[in-house]
Amino acid sequence: MDLLPLWFRRFADTYLMWDRGPLIWMSDVAILLTTIGIVAALTYFRRWKWLWREWITTVDHKKIGIMYLICALLMLFRGGVDALLMRTQLAFPGNTFLDPQHYDEIFTTHGTIMILFMAMPFIFALFNMVVPLQIGARDVAFPVLNAVSFWLFFFGALLFNLAFVFGGSPDAGWTSYPPLSELGFDPGPGENYYLLAIQISGIGSIATGINFLATIFKMRAPGMTWMRLPLFTWSVLASCLVIVFSFPALTAALALLMLDRLAGTHFFTMLHGGNPMMYVNLFWIWGHPEVYIVILPAFGVYSEVVATFARKRLFGYTSMVASLLVISVISYFVWAHHFFTMGAGADVNAFFAVASMAVGIPTGVKVFNWLFTMYRGRIRLSLPMLWTLAFIPTFALGGATGVMLAAAPADYQYHNSYFLIAHFHQTLIGGTVFGLIAGMYYWWPKIFGFRLDERLGRIAFWLFVIGFYVTFMPQYALGLMGMQRRMYTYPAELGWGDLNLVSTIGAYMMGLGFVVMVAQILYSIRHGERDLTGDPWDARTLEWSLPSPVPHYNFAVIPRVTDRDMWWELKQQGRTEELRPTADDIEPILMPKNTARPFFLGLSFFVAGFGAVFEWWPVAAVGAAGVLACFVAWESGEEEEELLPADEIRKTEAALGRV
Amino acid sequence: MSLLRTRTVLAFVSLTALLLTGCSSRYLVLSPAGPVGRQELDLIVLSVELLAVIVIPTLALLFYIVWRYRDRPGNTAPYEPTWADSRTLEAVWWAIPIIIVAVLGFYTAKTTFALVEPPQKDVKPITIQVISLNWKWLFQYPEQGIATVNYVKIPVGVPVDFELTADAPMNSFWVPQLGGQVYTMPGMAMRLWLQADRPGTYYGHAANFTGEGFAHMSFDVVATPQSDFDKWVASVKASSPPLTTAGYEQLKKPGVTSTAEFSSFPPDLFDRVVWTNGGRYMQGMTGHGMTDHDMTSHGMDGHDMTDHGTAVGQTSR
Repeated sequence: MDLLPLWFRRFADTYLMWDRGPLIWMSDVAILLTTIGIVAALTYFRRWKWLWREWITTVDHKKIGIMYLICALLMLFRGGVDALLMRTQLAFPGNTFLDPQHYDEIFTTHGTIMILFMAMPFIFALFNMVVPLQIGARDVAFPVLNAVSFWLFFFGALLFNLAFVFGGSPDAGWTSYPPLSELGFDPGPGENYYLLAIQISGIGSIATGINFLATIFKMRAPGMTWMRLPLFTWSVLASCLVIVFSFPALTAALALLMLDRLAGTHFFTMLHGGNPMMYVNLFWIWGHPEVYIVILPAFGVYSEVVATFARKRLFGYTSMVASLLVISVISYFVWAHHFFTMGAGADVNAFFAVASMAVGIPTGVKVFNWLFTMYRGRIRLSLPMLWTLAFIPTFALGGATGVMLAAAPADYQYHNSYFLIAHFHQTLIGGTVFGLIAGMYYWWPKIFGFRLDERLGRIAFWLFVIGFYVTFMPQYALGLMGMQRRMYTYPAELGWGDLNLVSTIGAYMMGLGFVVMVAQILYSIRHGERDLTGDPWDARTLEWSLPSPVPHYNFAVIPRVTDRDMWWELKQQGRTEELRPTADDIEPILMPKNTARPFFLGLSFFVAGFGAVFEWWPVAAVGAAGVLACFVAWESGEEEEELLPADEIRKTEAALGRV
Repeated sequence: MSLLRTRTVLAFVSLTALLLTGCSSRYLVLSPAGPVGRQELDLIVLSVELLAVIVIPTLALLFYIVWRYRDRPGNTAPYEPTWADSRTLEAVWWAIPIIIVAVLGFYTAKTTFALVEPPQKDVKPITIQVISLNWKWLFQYPEQGIATVNYVKIPVGVPVDFELTADAPMNSFWVPQLGGQVYTMPGMAMRLWLQADRPGTYYGHAANFTGEGFAHMSFDVVATPQSDFDKWVASVKASSPPLTTAGYEQLKKPGVTSTAEFSSFPPDLFDRVVWTNGGRYMQGMTGHGMTDHDMTSHGMDGHDMTDHGTAVGQTSR
């Protein structure tokens, strides 16, 4: 070490954290090798221009969806590795695999990444891949804004992940309650990373919410009335309603906490009249609706999948729509159940207890409607359906434990215990993640034009689902034994060792399931069955009338919608030809033009955020100037759309054998 | 909750069986040692029973439907692809969860209101003040004039009125066998009623994450008969050192320590901790929060106001 100059050693210890042990070194090496590998591959295959033209500057919602999906899967990996590190540490009492500081950082990043950088981009991936196709639109309402949302998410996630190898990770929990997250108790840059990274990606999320609301309200094909809207699109609508009303609360909470840390204000410290309860309230006014934001689209996926694979109309369509909207409204009346034990009066606790239980009513109705969609149907157990079937019992139990938690006095015993941990993992994994995976399998052939291998998919499914139960069922028991969340270690006398070991084994099974799923995707890219029909599942809604993968203008001719399960009805009546364009119908289409501005805007936000994390104000100023420059450039009025000639569309459609 | 008591034993057995154990006492929440924990367990049991009413048939229905209507050659089950509405059925499954939520909601509200009262009204309660520190617990007995660290002795059969605050990031005070937790928050005085019905040593732990030493922030609640408790108080008074203001400042420093006893403590320590952490801005707090006696005489505490004296003037007192 003496060979290195002093300034470098100081830099390495402070910012690269080389004194923190092999986990950091391994990550540094892995990041370096991956970066070199990507650069080398792009150069070798001469793909730089392709990357720039086809992806970085794209405003095509389908490509943006694919980029979201790739990021979500990468973040699932990162969050999953965090989970395995934690479970490894907890496998035995008194384990010393991780020190407390490292453990604190890992559970903080695990929670933040899984909710904000895995679940959110995953639902946005499905929004982007599916919604315009389902409603017969050529794009989203604001295609450039859509790209802006993606790049803000991307650079927010990048900033957050940088924390692990540069300067130090946040360590105050994914909720980051003050005063623990205030400067006095948490001086490092980690908490700044948390605040700025979430803030940047959060702006993108609000924009996505607005964008898809506008898309669903204004871009539906003629005849697509509200009561003909596919259930997935309804669920996106409900989810986006919750996004636009709840994310601003998070934005405010993070901004105020940032001011406390960087500008010396006292919004959330009791000194000078602030109050940490304000943060706790603001956080959960966003935080509880957030879990509905991510689960409502999953409900939409299940509705599509159940109807398709039971070959039956969805049972109780009106009820299903009503329950989605009721959930999105009740989601705002439950936030205080996250702090039943913070000394609110009995009246307040009783109100929020009953409101929280009430969410179980529309959710229960949905479960029964899914069951009765299958009743008198013909159920095919393809991969999307398998995940949906695994979801039902998992979510029924997870929902039940949720109602148990909602009973305030009972919650005094569950709060912050492993019972709570088991509950929210059961609903978030069993509800949201199962749904997102089902959705990925379901729409994969539509987006990529090939099917994923069933055999590997089944292996992944069983490993993941069984692993899930092995992981989380013992955690309910541990909670009732009195084990608290966020303990990096525990003494042997309490008898928690056996169940923790079982839980850890389950976690590794889930990890293996994920690995097999990745293997399945890689294998299928080369060997997967090409989908030439455009409708591999014999499905029901409009997107399946298009060829796979969908041409970038989606519909050569905008369809006129006459029925709820339009495509299914046409198939039943042998009228599918009606949705095929004829050469005469095809007219030139106005399509949004690729632009680099969203990418540069995201990059500028990244530089500004990075500077602010370390309070390197000149760097932050450069980023802020970049942001400003992007907005000025916007006003200079570059052409945003271009006309796609009819001949070119005819040629594309002819090549697909459609005209 | 007496209506529930009769079924409690049965449900308790099934719940325990569900958890696959031969040693139920390890399940602290399920083995309450006092009236608060027991009321909470009653509610837990009731919620499990009510939910079983809905979850078990749902699961049975799921397995039946998937088995009966799966797509295989020669399946003779009826296939009706357009059957998608039934007012009657939907009325049934909107009604069932509404009824269950109504019943559970009623008992939840009832228990919630019951738990803010002392668990036993005819016995004079004892007050214990709790301050959570990084990463240890300080207990003060205002009536006995003693203090302890990381363990608390209480008399059996006497309701304990815990008053809690934090002189560090907010934490949560949890003794699973005696009853559910409440947060300790800087600048606020919280309140929690607990009571032990039989002698024993009960596991208590910090339940809200506060940083590095959090995992080691446990304490024992030792319940003894009143006579033993009185003897113990006398012996602590006789043989332990006092907790001085300087000693408290030392104790406050972040770190993990073992247990300790003090024969006395600065009498206004608890109030002062609440006050200096921002309690002076919280005049409006009632109920669980600051009681009248917490607030008396703070204004005269000149030395507490020196740091932020100007800020006091800015608030609308």
